[in-house]
Amino acid sequence: MKKFFCVVFSVLLIALSAMPAFAVESKNYDHLRGTEINVYNWGEYISDGSDGALDVNAQFEKETGIKVNYNTFDSNENMYNKLKGGGANYDIVIPSDYMIARLIEEGLVQKIDFSNIPNYANIMDKYKNLYFDPNNEYSVPYNVGMVGIIYNTKIVEGNPDSWDLMWNEKYSGQIMNFNNPRDAFAVAQFKLGISINTTDANQWERAYEELKKQKPLVQSYVMDEVFNKMESGEAAIVSYYAGDFLTMHDNNPDLAFYYPKEGMNIFVDSVCIPTSSQNKEAAELYINFLAREDIALANAEYLCYASPNKKVLENEDYSLRDEEILYPANQDELITEYFHNLDPDTQFIMTSLWDNLKIDGNQITGVYIGLISFVVIVAVLVIFTTVRKKRRASYYD
Amino acid sequence: MNKKSTFYQKLCASPHILWSAIFIIVPLLMVAYYSFTDANGSFTMENIYRLTDYTDTFLRSLWYGIIATLICLVMAYPIAYFISQSKARAQTTMIMLVMIPMWMNFLIRTYAWMNILEDSGVINKMLSFLHLPNLHMINTPSAVILGMVYNFLPYMILPIYSVLTKLDRSLVEAAQDLGANKFNVFLKVIFPMSVSGIVSGITMVFVPSVSTFYISQKLGGGTFALIGDIIEMQFQVSNNFNFGAALSLVLMVLILICMAFMNKFSDTEDAGGGMVV
Amino acid sequence: MKKSAFSKIYIFLIFAFLYVPILIICVYSFNASNSTGVMTGLSVKWYAELFKDKVTLHACYNTIILAITSAVTATVLGTLAAIGIDKMKKGWRRSMLMTVTDIPMMNPEIVTGVSMMLLFVFIGAFLKINGVLGFWTLFIAHVTFSLPYVILNIMPKLKQIDPHLAEAAQDLGCTPAKAYWKVILPAIKPGIVSGFIMGFTLSLDDFIISYFVSGPKFQTLPIRIYSMTKKRVTPDMYALSTIIFVVILVMLIIINLSDLKGDSKKRKKGAE
Repeated sequence: MKKFFCVVFSVLLIALSAMPAFAVESKNYDHLRGTEINVYNWGEYISDGSDGALDVNAQFEKETGIKVNYNTFDSNENMYNKLKGGGANYDIVIPSDYMIARLIEEGLVQKIDFSNIPNYANIMDKYKNLYFDPNNEYSVPYNVGMVGIIYNTKIVEGNPDSWDLMWNEKYSGQIMNFNNPRDAFAVAQFKLGISINTTDANQWERAYEELKKQKPLVQSYVMDEVFNKMESGEAAIVSYYAGDFLTMHDNNPDLAFYYPKEGMNIFVDSVCIPTSSQNKEAAELYINFLAREDIALANAEYLCYASPNKKVLENEDYSLRDEEILYPANQDELITEYFHNLDPDTQFIMTSLWDNLKIDGNQITGVYIGLISFVVIVAVLVIFTTVRKKRRASYYD
Repeated sequence: MNKKSTFYQKLCASPHILWSAIFIIVPLLMVAYYSFTDANGSFTMENIYRLTDYTDTFLRSLWYGIIATLICLVMAYPIAYFISQSKARAQTTMIMLVMIPMWMNFLIRTYAWMNILEDSGVINKMLSFLHLPNLHMINTPSAVILGMVYNFLPYMILPIYSVLTKLDRSLVEAAQDLGANKFNVFLKVIFPMSVSGIVSGITMVFVPSVSTFYISQKLGGGTFALIGDIIEMQFQVSNNFNFGAALSLVLMVLILICMAFMNKFSDTEDAGGGMVV
Repeated sequence: MKKSAFSKIYIFLIFAFLYVPILIICVYSFNASNSTGVMTGLSVKWYAELFKDKVTLHACYNTIILAITSAVTATVLGTLAAIGIDKMKKGWRRSMLMTVTDIPMMNPEIVTGVSMMLLFVFIGAFLKINGVLGFWTLFIAHVTFSLPYVILNIMPKLKQIDPHLAEAAQDLGCTPAKAYWKVILPAIKPGIVSGFIMGFTLSLDDFIISYFVSGPKFQTLPIRIYSMTKKRVTPDMYALSTIIFVVILVMLIIINLSDLKGDSKKRKKGAE
């Protein structure tokens, strides 16, 4: 594998040196040596050298002499809070679509000089001009993926093809849903044929009713624990990302996956440069590096997510290039919808409904009885000790 | 003791007071500011009015916190006592052993508990092996309370242990000489003297377990929410700092009320203990 | 006092409760696949991966440095504070100070984290520091949330002390400072040790507050582990936990053995 990369790399280097764009790169190359860039990415979202894979950051450091301070986050929102706070300067962030829209709107990311990113040509056309960056000014796609249903073939019968499976009473107690409102509501919205970006409160209410109906069947609302629960057979049905299904399947071959016919959420994680960047040139060098064939290939192999890089798909060494789940042949026929950034009012409606869903239907009477009896016991104890103390005090007198 | 040295002793607290003023009071004021403003920074009571929707969640969190604290107390007191009765050398080792599990990452520990409690987990596999009926444990309130007890138990053991160790043995002997039986020695001498440690322990278990969030998501299956989950979501999902701040302000007031109640209770006990001394 | 069989069984049960999850962690660190839910075979490959992973090892180093420095600082500050508070008369001032001390425990971590971040950014802007978040902000935050635990551990010990003890020492010719050093400090030592251990533990394991107050150049291990939750937490983290556990255990055994050998020597050192 390593040898292969060396060959690809040297070939690419020769090829690139012929291109005029490379002149720009090499011109800037030396004065950037010894500088640093702060990269802010999702956790476990880059090929980091484990299992004999390429260590992307180390490779970048080796080639350019620019030090990479690599940091990770666990959600778009946490990343946003940190970026908005402004106490730390990042040069590269890799948020998802709707968050990019928000960052652009709030001026937290800046325009990229695409003349420094010749490898942008490698990105597939269908991942250009996306809604959050219609003129391709701010972002370079890094990874794409879609949500689907993962199920255990030992338990689920037949060939399901719809979101209805997650409401099937036969599998009560074996179903899991997302433990975050946006994704969980999306499941219900697709089932009902409502847009996941609707601003109509009634439609959110309808989706809520649907989730409420589902709740008695749900074993748990999950995020990261989905891997363990599906692999060990603790649960049988869950909606999750296609790329993650592939790694689960490695550990439990009974699992299967499908894209529901009603449609599903598609996401794109793209590389952006925050406005607070202190080393924009180096950041652009890094973005260009990530879009280079060998690097994008290493990442695609490591992450198991679909790559937006056409050079990767053309590469014969790419082990997942024929993976039907990542690159479905009928992808253009599938109904997909991106998340958009919700306005505060809709956001408010969604979270309130989500809280209601969590509160709804739970036995609270036990809690009341417990609390009241506890207070009574404590009160009795307090009275008892006070009385005893007084009695004793009088005894001492 | 002369006045001057008392003054110097009081002065000892001044770095802490200064530190608290900057790094506790100022952030607290910010929380208060957020609670009473909306996203545009203008004054509003909206966040406070909205809190009434969450009464049940608040009560549930308090209740689970109380149960977890009581269980911790019942579990911790005997072991703290036994450790304090051991040889001096063994004491340090055992206290370290109590704390070391908490040095493993919290998230990984919680994963391990999921592995243990699940329907296909370690306990149920063992039960099946012994041909016993399986137990459903995961995704129940009991599992959440178990998680709290596990994570906060050492915070109960340590303070109780430290008041019990180096306890004035002559008092115990005096009580025995005066004819008290073991039980009475414990109830009348040892227990009253350890109340201050118990109070510290209760504070360190109750307070964090009321505001905990991760345990309820992972061991409770996310089918019910504790107040910590709701607050966390305001920050991490809906970016509604204002409401999140209001929730945590109320939580703080609730906890303070509970603590004041407990301090009142323990003060009377303290005086009782003082009388014995 | 002689230990009864009951106390032995009880201690064993509590330790079993505390250590069963740790055992599970150790077992899964030897898993052949990347799952932490099913065992697919035995292998030590995650240990090999771990030692190749410079970022994780560096994060681990950062975490330990931070935990030690912040716990020491919190212990010193907290001990002084406890002594000061103990000498204060009972009244609103004292109870208010105690309440304020407890606040970092009361706030959900995310609230503390976000408000501290905003405070640091504000101070940073005021002092014109670019990219203020880094080691020092983490350090301050960790000291802040460890302080109440230290104080709560020491206060009960101070209450126990006979108030005439220090006086007696002074009558015997000690200066007030020396009286504290020789008499009071040894008496509250168990509380100080407990407080330090707790501060260290809390700092070692904190994620949320650390997340918000950390900068790009100083990442801690919990931040790294939690950020994996978008995908999966790999068993090399389990391997790391196992190694930490084994190292501490070995250290404890060594300390115990050397204690056995040089008990008197150590006691002498402790009295100094």
